[in-house]
Order: sequence, then C-alpha cells, then structure tokens
Amino acid sequence: MKKYIIQSIRLTLVLMILLCVIYPLIVAFAGGFSKGNGGGEKVTKDGKVVGYARLGQSFTSPGYFWGRPSAVGYNAAGSAGSNKGPSNPDYLKDVASRIDTLLKYHPYAKRSDIPADLVTASGSGLDPNISVEGAKLQVKRIAEYRKLDEKTVSDLVEKNTTKPLFGLFGPSLVNLLGLNLSLDEVRIGNRE
Amino acid sequence: MNTELLGVVATYLLTLVIAIPLGKYLAKMFAGEKTWTDFLRPLENGIYKISGINPKEQMDWKQSMKALLTVNSVWLVYGFFVLLYQDKLPLNPDGNPGMTPDLSFNTVISFVVNCNLQHYSGESGVSYFTQHFVLMFLHFTSAATGIASAVVFFKAFRDKTTSSLGNFWEYFVKSITRLLLPLSLLMAIILAFNGTPTSYEARDQYISLQGDTVNVSRGPAAGMIAIKHLGTNGGGWFGVNSAHPLENPSYVTNTVELIAQMIIPIAMVLAFGYFIRRKKLAWTIFGVMTIGMFLLLIPTISSELGGNPAIAKMGISQTAGAMEGKEVRFGPAISAYWSTVTTIVSTGSVNSMHDSTMPLTGLWQLLAMMVNSFYGGCGVGILNYFIYLIIAVFISGLMVGRTPEFLGHKVEAREVKIAAVITLLSPFLILTGTGIASFVFTNFGDADWTVKPANWLNNPGFHGFSEMLYEMTSSNANNGSGYEGLGDNNIFWNISTGLVMILGRFLPIIGPVAIAGLLASKKFIPESAGTLKADTMTFALMTFAVIVVLNALSYFPALALGPLAEYFTLLH
Repeated sequence: MKKYIIQSIRLTLVLMILLCVIYPLIVAFAGGFSKGNGGGEKVTKDGKVVGYARLGQSFTSPGYFWGRPSAVGYNAAGSAGSNKGPSNPDYLKDVASRIDTLLKYHPYAKRSDIPADLVTASGSGLDPNISVEGAKLQVKRIAEYRKLDEKTVSDLVEKNTTKPLFGLFGPSLVNLLGLNLSLDEVRIGNRE
Repeated sequence: MNTELLGVVATYLLTLVIAIPLGKYLAKMFAGEKTWTDFLRPLENGIYKISGINPKEQMDWKQSMKALLTVNSVWLVYGFFVLLYQDKLPLNPDGNPGMTPDLSFNTVISFVVNCNLQHYSGESGVSYFTQHFVLMFLHFTSAATGIASAVVFFKAFRDKTTSSLGNFWEYFVKSITRLLLPLSLLMAIILAFNGTPTSYEARDQYISLQGDTVNVSRGPAAGMIAIKHLGTNGGGWFGVNSAHPLENPSYVTNTVELIAQMIIPIAMVLAFGYFIRRKKLAWTIFGVMTIGMFLLLIPTISSELGGNPAIAKMGISQTAGAMEGKEVRFGPAISAYWSTVTTIVSTGSVNSMHDSTMPLTGLWQLLAMMVNSFYGGCGVGILNYFIYLIIAVFISGLMVGRTPEFLGHKVEAREVKIAAVITLLSPFLILTGTGIASFVFTNFGDADWTVKPANWLNNPGFHGFSEMLYEMTSSNANNGSGYEGLGDNNIFWNISTGLVMILGRFLPIIGPVAIAGLLASKKFIPESAGTLKADTMTFALMTFAVIVVLNALSYFPALALGPLAEYFTLLH
C-alpha cells in the first residue's frame, strides 16, 4: 500500500510537468502563429477594436441587422443559454412577444417569414450568426432606415453569407458583425 | 438529403475511418508489440524511473485496483485543496475567488471520475492555474484510468488461465504518452488555428460597434478542449462548454470535436477483439452498440428537426428545426447528433443546451446515459457492456439448462452476484437520488441554502422534474452534461451528486475487472458443441434484449413522469 502511495505521488508530479506545463506551452507557442496570436481574432474599424470575429455582440439600433435573443445580453465574460424548457409557459410568452416586436418593426412581413432563430435564445448567448432567412427579413427595414436600395443591402447579405462546408455539409449562415460593418462602410462611401 | 443531415452522415463515417485503425493500433501497443510509437519509450522509461515504477512487475486484478484507487485518492485530496485556495495561487489574472468547500468537493470528484459535472462557470469560477493543474490534468489522468482498467480486463481474456494481468502503471502511462497526449496536441493545434484561444492573457475589454463596453473572457483553452473530447471528459473551459464561439468556433471544429469524442470508445471495443484474438466477438459487440446508437439517434434528430410544437402554433417558420439553446453555425441536425454522441459515450460536453431540447430528445438523452454502454466512456464503456454480457450469459445458461460459460471460463454464482449488484447500482443511485431531491424540493422549499430548494428549477411542471432526474442520471453515468437551468451550486446538489458520481465510477470499474480476474484464474474449458458462443447473432440479440429489458424495467416510471409527460402535454 505504502509503495503505491509513493509511486502515485511521484507519478503525479512528473505527469504534471508533462501535461500541465510542457503540453499547454507547446500549444500556446503554436497558437501564437494563428490569427489573433492565440488571444482570439479581433475585428477593427478605423484602427480601433470593435469586436471579436467569433463572438456575437448586441445590435439593437434600427440601422443594424439584429442578432438572436441572448439570455445574458451578449456578456462575453459570462456565457449562458436561457435553459428554458419547450413547454414553459413564461418562455412561450417571451417568444410570442418577440414575434410581435419583430412584426412591429417589419410591418411588411408575414409571420411565416420569421425564422425560429430570431425569436429563440442561442446556446451560448454569444451567437455571432443569424440564418439567411433572418437576414432577408430585415433587408427592407435596413434599406428604408439607411436610405439605400434593397439590392445594395441584399448584396451585402449575400457577401457575408457562409455557405455549407464544401457546399455539402452543415447550414448556411450570416456573419452579423461582418454584415453590419460592411453596412457602415456603404454609408461612408455614399457620403464621399 | 439536405446539407445538415449530410454533415451528420459524413461525421459518423469519418469517425469510423479513424477509429478502426486506431483500435488495431491500441491492441498492438498495449500488448507490447512493435508499433511506430516505440520512439516514445525513452520518455516512458524516464517517467517510470522518476516514479519508482517497474513496468515489468506483474499485478493481479486486486493489485491493479489497489493501484487505481490509491492514485485516484491522491488526486482527490490534492485537487480539493487546490480548488479551495485557488485565489491564493498564481495564474489567476481575472482574480476569481476560491471555491466553497462543498463546491470544491463536487468539482474534484467530478473531474477525478471523468464525469465533469460543472457546478461552477468556467469564466468566473476557476483560475488559469486550476484549469490546467487540476482540471486539465484530471482530464488526462481520468481518461487514462478508464483505459488502463479496460486493458487489465482485456489481459484477463488473452491467456487461457492466468492471474497476472500486466502492470496497471504501464497501461496508464502508455495511455497518456502514446494515445491521449499526441492526439490532444494535434487537435489543440487544429482548434487554435480555427479560432480557439491559447494564450495566457487575461480578460479583455472592447467597445462594440454600437458603443457598448464588453468584457471578454478567454485564456489558454485549446489544450483543454482537445483532451476534454478525446478523453470523453466533457468539462469545458467556458460556462456554456462547446456552444461557446471560442470553444467551438465553426462547423469544422464542431466536426473535429465530435469525431474526437467517439474514436477512443469505438477503438477500445475493437482493440478488445484484436487483443484477445477474437475479432468476431468485438465486431458483434460493436454491432449491438451501433444499432443501439442509431435507435437513439434517429428519433432524436427527427424530434429536433420537427421543432417546438408550441412555437409552431405561433405561425413562424421552423424550417431549420428547434433553435432554442442552439447555435446557428451548427444547426439542429448536428446538434441533435452531438446530444446523442455526448450522452452515449459519456463525454457530457454540449454544443446546445439540453435543457431546451424537445421532450422526446430529453428522453433519448436520459436513456442513453442510463444504458451508458453504447460505445460508452473511454475504457469504461466496454466494462459497462461486459456487465450486460455476463447477465446475458447467465440468463442464456438458465434457458438452455447448462452451466453458463464465457470465453472458456465457467461463470458461477460469485461472478453473477457481482454483475447483479453493479446492474442494480445505477437505478438505485439515480432513482433514490431523484426521489430525495424531489422530497427536499416539495417539503423543504425554504431551506437556507445558497439556492433555496424552491428556486432550484428553472422550469415548472414535468420539465422541472426532468431537470432533477437528468442531474442524477448524468452524475451516475459520469456523463457531466446537465439541464443547466437547475440551480445546482448549493450544498444539497454538491454533496449528493458528488457521492453519486464517486460510487457510479469506481464500483462499475472494479466489478467487471473483478469478474474478469476471477474468470481468468479458473480452469480453461475448450469449446465443445454445447458451448454458448458469445460472437453469434443470436447471442448479440440476447444481449441487446437484456439491455432493453433491464433499463426499461428500471427507469420507465421515472421517464414517464418527466419527458414523456411533457411530450404529451405539448401535443395538446
């Protein structure tokens, strides 16, 4: 028994050096060569960091495409989902009121134009994407607000859409931060 | 077929393409035959030398289990104190506090037993030091513990009659140096180049496009995320696990993480066949497990793609499927696949919130964890399956009126007793645990705990019951996923699930290894016309029937009260 205890302690110490020091340092070294140098890829506008490429952020002003509801208000230091069960009556009320809000801001839209992702909270509370349908719904509103023609806006949606992997696997999706950044660029472009 | 379903098929096929050769490699490597990883021998010899271990020393099953329990106890004590005092230790750039004793008790057990139930949130509950020196360290060692135990078990059936089952330490060390570490390194680098952070920088702050100030938690996560999947651990870096955009940035990383958590469990089943030179037996077991998996997977996908009927009534479009708690970049199909995979192989990492999945999906998730041996966790999956096998051998023996045998050894009263106790242990822990929790919830709602029992549940009605049932089931299965709406960081859940996890881990390892050890020391009886062959279709069906009947009998009432009742409510 005593033999095993001593062996266990010594084995633990030597493995700690291998697994908790050497291993993560190699990974950190390799990660230094990735985009964002291992600290997460950042997005800049006019030289200022305006977000992380992978992390969703809150868009509530009418001139931007809106993202998905978030249980934590896009708090990137405390991710969480809503954890609401499918039959929870309070939750279903929330969903119904989100639908009403969307219909109010998109009076031209039918109920069936609203995709589920725009009225349900994401798993992380930090979803950086919306569905293509979710973006299409908002095109007219954005175009009217920004006084652009719809074609320009839907072209931007198209440009910021990621197709399934190799065209075969997984969903299509829209990168919200990229899309809203490119919207801002258009407005500046028009002024000049 | 649409692109989302095609993604599911491709992911499973890719998993097999990697797992099958890996199984062959593992058998050779653990048997000590020549493999291309022999260049690592100097490293291993160094480890043995420093630890004072002689890898040639033969152990019997009791010595192997003693070594296992000793080293696990050392980690329990060490981890408990480090988590308790993490605020006073280095590498805590975000200034996170030390854990309360009950949370530390729960967390250290959770990680030692490969469960990784997390009653804290990664961003605010642990430091970089504890993430690495406790949690990630235990990711490796708990997976290696499971694998090494399985190899001890394999060894018992390799020779005709033997009591020497190899050296536990050797299997343990080789599991790390020749399997977990190299694969983790490869995977961590893939993740790093796809957007997962690796550096030790502290929390960041930026001003968003519309002017909000946002704090961003990050840290050296890639290494931990790699091993959390390869070792079927599942304890993530961030609070929402692999739903987090930094923990699982894209469809590509999602595929990698899905493949990673399945390859070792499948490879271990096949390695069993190569190791004991009965390939057909391993493929039969693999067949039963695979059928079991698809029987859980297909209805799960269909229930998620169908969307929430209550939301469908509101008239919006659910063409993609149910989206609450899911991420757009994955979509419901692969999220449903993930939920099946993570519950059958006991990883317990999630890429969508299980609490928000459809009621029937919840049913399949629970059932997957109750069976806990369709592939199963790293090493322990095959051990769990072996218990069902012994029960099947025993029942078949009774049916034909012969002394039951398995691989040339008589299965007698002692072995069957052990198997019966292990079989009864899971329903006992899950159902009494859930029963006590329900009792406390209804009778002591105002107890003065961090979270009052009356406020435990995030959802009313049947779903609330499912939240408690899920927590106990996940703890017993050493799975670690949760219905995270449950207010679980308080003394009741920390202590109760802690005890369930520790019993649900070590007894189901010791039981099968003991049976194997006892069988191996018995006289070998050559095959005759009357031998029950374990690798036939008939016997496979028999085992499958045993699995179905045992679990249906044990759990149907509880499942009827939770997910089934909720399902029928939603239909109205």
